[in-house]
Amino acid sequence: MADLPPPVQGPTAKEKKYDRQLRLWGATGQRALEESHILLINNGPGVVGLETLKNLVLPGVGNFTILDSAVVSEADLGVNFFLEEEHVGGSRAEHTCNLLKELNPDVEGYFVSEPVESFLTNPDSLKPYTLIIVAAPIRPELLARLSEHASASSIPLFYIHSVGFYSHFSIHLPPSFPIVDTHPDPETTSDLRLLRPWPELVQFAEEKTKDLDNMAPDDHGHVPYVCLLLYYLKGWKKSHSGQPPQNYKEKTAFRDLVKNSARTNSPGGGEENYDEAVAAVLKSLNPPEPSSAVKELFKDPECLLVKEGASAFWIIAHAVSLFYTKYGVLPLPGSVPDMKARSADYIELQNVYKSKARRDVTEVTESVRFLERSIKRSTQIEEKDIEAFCKNAAHIKLVRGRPFHVMNAGKTVQWGERAKALAQNLTFQDSLIPLYIAFLAYDTFTVSHEKDGLDNPPRTPGDTDTDADVEQVTGIAFKIADDLIKEAGASIEESEYSEMKTWVGEYVQELLRAGGSELHNIAALTGGLVSQEVIKVVTEQYVPVDNTCIFDGVKSKTSVIRV
Amino acid sequence: MDEATGTGLPNRPGAQRMRWKYLDNILTRHGPFTDPDWEPGEAAIEGLARAKLLGAGGLGCEILKNLALSGFQDIHVIDMDTIDVSNLNRQFLFRQADVGKYKAEVAAKFVEKRVKGVKITPYCGKIQDKDEEYYKQFAIIVCGLDSIEARRWINATLVGMVDDQDPDSMKPLIDGGTEGFKGQARVIFPTMTSCIECQLDMHAPRAAVPLCTLATIPRQPQHCIEWAHIIAWEEERKDITLDNDDPEHITWLYQKALTRAQEFNIPGVTYSMTQGVVKNIIPAIASTNAIVAASCCNEAFKLATSTNPFLGFPGTDNYMMYTGDESIYTYTFQHMKKSDCPVCGDDNIARPLQVDSDFTLQEFLDSLAERPEAQLKKPSIRSQEKSLYYQFPPDLREQTRPNLSKKLYELVQNGEEVVITDPAFPLTFKYKLVFK
Repeated sequence: MADLPPPVQGPTAKEKKYDRQLRLWGATGQRALEESHILLINNGPGVVGLETLKNLVLPGVGNFTILDSAVVSEADLGVNFFLEEEHVGGSRAEHTCNLLKELNPDVEGYFVSEPVESFLTNPDSLKPYTLIIVAAPIRPELLARLSEHASASSIPLFYIHSVGFYSHFSIHLPPSFPIVDTHPDPETTSDLRLLRPWPELVQFAEEKTKDLDNMAPDDHGHVPYVCLLLYYLKGWKKSHSGQPPQNYKEKTAFRDLVKNSARTNSPGGGEENYDEAVAAVLKSLNPPEPSSAVKELFKDPECLLVKEGASAFWIIAHAVSLFYTKYGVLPLPGSVPDMKARSADYIELQNVYKSKARRDVTEVTESVRFLERSIKRSTQIEEKDIEAFCKNAAHIKLVRGRPFHVMNAGKTVQWGERAKALAQNLTFQDSLIPLYIAFLAYDTFTVSHEKDGLDNPPRTPGDTDTDADVEQVTGIAFKIADDLIKEAGASIEESEYSEMKTWVGEYVQELLRAGGSELHNIAALTGGLVSQEVIKVVTEQYVPVDNTCIFDGVKSKTSVIRV
Repeated sequence: MDEATGTGLPNRPGAQRMRWKYLDNILTRHGPFTDPDWEPGEAAIEGLARAKLLGAGGLGCEILKNLALSGFQDIHVIDMDTIDVSNLNRQFLFRQADVGKYKAEVAAKFVEKRVKGVKITPYCGKIQDKDEEYYKQFAIIVCGLDSIEARRWINATLVGMVDDQDPDSMKPLIDGGTEGFKGQARVIFPTMTSCIECQLDMHAPRAAVPLCTLATIPRQPQHCIEWAHIIAWEEERKDITLDNDDPEHITWLYQKALTRAQEFNIPGVTYSMTQGVVKNIIPAIASTNAIVAASCCNEAFKLATSTNPFLGFPGTDNYMMYTGDESIYTYTFQHMKKSDCPVCGDDNIARPLQVDSDFTLQEFLDSLAERPEAQLKKPSIRSQEKSLYYQFPPDLREQTRPNLSKKLYELVQNGEEVVITDPAFPLTFKYKLVFK
């Protein structure tokens, strides 16, 4: 009975539909997406928010809700794809919601046509949502309230602004937002431990290189390069007082040694396994040092002292740091790149790495269980989570989320410990920080020019008297830039300073030229960027923007800054 | 002023123009970066309405939507594909009920219905079906093609169309491409700036696994699948043409691969992986497609309206590279035109190609498929003196076949120029063979 052919598991209808994305974020990512409920608080022309939702509905986000009190106008039809002629005069929330729903029958869509002011008066109104997206313009006290909610309930909050040829968005993530599954480039992840081999690996290499010089040509050409390198390393160490090649010069000398050991009388004129060995020397003969980001993580107070109620991430992080302290290396990831070898040898080599990786996981798991008991954790952390952490330990990312700037009249922007770095960047030729400052000035202008004290949206700079508005907004922007320089205590040369002011001025001018308009292309592009970041945050995979992204559609450039 | 008494443009009447209120802010106002000679207003609006554009390829849905909402009114679209269920996760103009229909037709109809006043003319077929006369009618060509071959073809065709006496014969090509979280947008002014062929080595093909690995020493699940695909099928089902979209065929390959993997104790063969390897599936998501297509259309809009500087102007940046898996990173730069480019370079310069003189002609021709700077799959080759190998016609092929097993040093001199042609491209490639 055991020899029955395996049943053919053809893909399900859902797997077929989502095939091209499942190859990126897998079934777990997809599940996370399907369990989320995204709230879009839509304002202004309202395009960028909907273009964002479009790219979330298509891959199958579970639920979305559009909060938008606007009435569909003729102007909406020239810029918004999710409205039709007969919708003019109707609720923009309702009609955009319906047309978005058409994109994917698996997605539930809802709408609320209430103004955001009254919506937020109910303290529970934000409860159902796992992530909130706000499209500018919005009154600062409302944005501040959303920001408080994001902090209090650890809900990610996105703030997007798309005007004319420019856009920016900021992400407010929880203060501790770890990502285990960062999907690093496979080229950078191989960790062969050639300088720290363990007994089983040493033994395997010795077996495979026994009597190497007298091997039959076909055998010689199939010794896996990992074994070759260990073999020649052993020889090298003998003549270098037990030390492996230390620096670039020694490594190239070692590389030549390996290169010259290849047989040249083979039918193909060389040996592929030796070519691979030679190519691997410079990148794999490094001591397995964790990145500075991972070392930082181990020094984090949350990692050093795991308290009651600590999340699985910090418990595992602590256990892995204990492992690191004990051995000076991270747990072995256990994967082996493909290399010229006979099938059986390669599989055996794979198993040598895999079983070491498993032993490392077992040791980390023991520490995890001990910690769980000591902080009286009621449930056990799943083995697969510990395994995933160990496998990707060198590439783990921890994003320290923080609130973004909410502009308020009469208040200066606080740049905090970011002031120095940002002030330094301010005068770089390709810096988009002057554009970010122009956006902050734009927001400040709207705050101080509310049409009335009631629920009406603030006035848009550049909508009628562009020149006068440009002058005002430029003035505000200069002040923001000056305050930044002052807070950073930076000294900037006069010529650089005036150049920076020119840039800020031009950005303000171009921003206001739009008179609050969205251009469809810029909104679509920005919606693409934002939806991508939403997916990363929801799936806890890949590495999200930390925390502000700026797009310049005149020069076709983006920049990411932390504010 | 009564706006309805306009110039007779389709969008001129007041209510209609109200629709373009947002766009008109940009079209009717100078910006700090616009050319001082640029005239905002009527002329810009009119120019936009008149420009005829062509969109093509896998990014087609995004491109049509974006062009229509950029104010373009006469758009043509070419796509040879029919709708597959795996398109629905990103190609947002298609529904389950549309599966099997032509993409170009469904997309054109949808956008025409949604954006009133735009005319979209679909053509369901290959870009290669059309000739210079056809391409001549467009102001700009925006491509989101998924094959490198089609890109090279349209590039070579547009370069070939350029007539120095006729400025209207130069058609800007805007090209976008995506793969997972990565992509690029680039603008080409044929003969004036770096072309797709100049940039060919930026898109190196994946190295193929050597046949002997597949046949004798598989190590990865993919090796077992390739074995089933290339070797087992030929051996056991030679009379049936392999159809990548036939589930029975994929299932057969999957089971073959699985059995072979078990023989060698190789874990990891799955149905989905089998499909991926056999069909060479590239991951594709809505967000990256939206980003790259919008960037292309933004450049098309700037180019057509002069509302701001665009990528591709000679001497400036012409290429935006995008990566979105680790934070967001773009690199926008000027790719330089290559004087030895076989498409747009100087006719007298042959591109140097390092070769192993010990290679047989067959080995050399096979290697051309993988070399990033060549990527030719069906090459025919002649030296200055003789025909070395011809794929067509059959009698010439027979006549030149014996050369295939000869070593390169027996056929050509070190530094000799050869001319290579490939049926996929409307041009000849000149190379100078330099012995290693």
